[in-house]
Amino acid sequence: MRLIINGEIVEDLKATNVSELLEELQIQTGRVAVEVNMQVIKKTDYEEYRLSEGDSVEIVNFVGGGQGDE
Amino acid sequence: MSDDKLIIRGIEFRSRLWVGTGKYRDFEETKRAIEISGADMVTVAVRRVNVIDRKSENLLDYIDPKIYKILPNTAGCYNVEDALRYSRLAREAGVSDMIKLEVIGDEKTLFPDTIGLLKATEILAKEGFIVFPYTNDDPVMAKRLEDAGAAAVMPLGAPIGSGLGVRNPFNIRIIIETAVKVPVIVDAGVGTASDAAFAMELGCDAVLINTGIAGAKDPLAMAAAMKHAVLAGRLAYKAGRIPKKLYATASSPLEGMF
Repeated sequence: MRLIINGEIVEDLKATNVSELLEELQIQTGRVAVEVNMQVIKKTDYEEYRLSEGDSVEIVNFVGGGQGDE
Repeated sequence: MSDDKLIIRGIEFRSRLWVGTGKYRDFEETKRAIEISGADMVTVAVRRVNVIDRKSENLLDYIDPKIYKILPNTAGCYNVEDALRYSRLAREAGVSDMIKLEVIGDEKTLFPDTIGLLKATEILAKEGFIVFPYTNDDPVMAKRLEDAGAAAVMPLGAPIGSGLGVRNPFNIRIIIETAVKVPVIVDAGVGTASDAAFAMELGCDAVLINTGIAGAKDPLAMAAAMKHAVLAGRLAYKAGRIPKKLYATASSPLEGMF
């Protein structure tokens, strides 16, 4: 499957849902948040949420910051 | 003074100094500075995970969310939609409903777009967020934000990262004394210890400092300085300063002199 992850096209993914995608990318689920096509996906829905070809996925976490960063 | 605790929406804070985690040399320095500052409220930004380089360390490996209250921000957002998007992601990534809401209106000054800020505050408060809006030092806007459901207001002392201190102490006092009932936290502009003490002497409930500590030549020493400044400023505020007078008043008795 082909997805757009954090703005980059990623090809040949095996994952069919969010949970599998994070596993495939070796990302710990605990400290990230995921958005698919502008919709935040709850952690409890990671297994259920099925990904489709061309979906736009954002995976974010916390980084150093204070005020008005960059 | 021991019971002089800051409590917002039932959340109790150990310190009236809140700190940011940006601009440090590395995570180790960030961690040390925060420990020394005594702060338990720590702001962080929300950014894309590096999907390619998975070895990169995570900030939360250093700032334990079990020890610190993590306050995600929407820094870098220039419109309501982005601020809402980042807030909702932050809530899902984190452990609380707190959000330091920034809707920036101008790149050069990083002054807030208060119209967008008000809209976003209203929406997020309705969604159950504990909203801490970064606003300007306008008492009327502070009141509007309170009415919209803000848990506290965070007026700027001066532009972010400027180190100019509290440029309009009179407005900050008006915000504290008459405009709002929610806590007032000076956010941005604190450049050195005296700025922090001064903000607290005005009656602010807390100050948030990032660049003032992280940008100092010795961030760890400045973290200690800010800790003491905030404590001193709070104590002085509670103690009640003497009125300013133009002429001298002797403090030693005249009685008993030759």
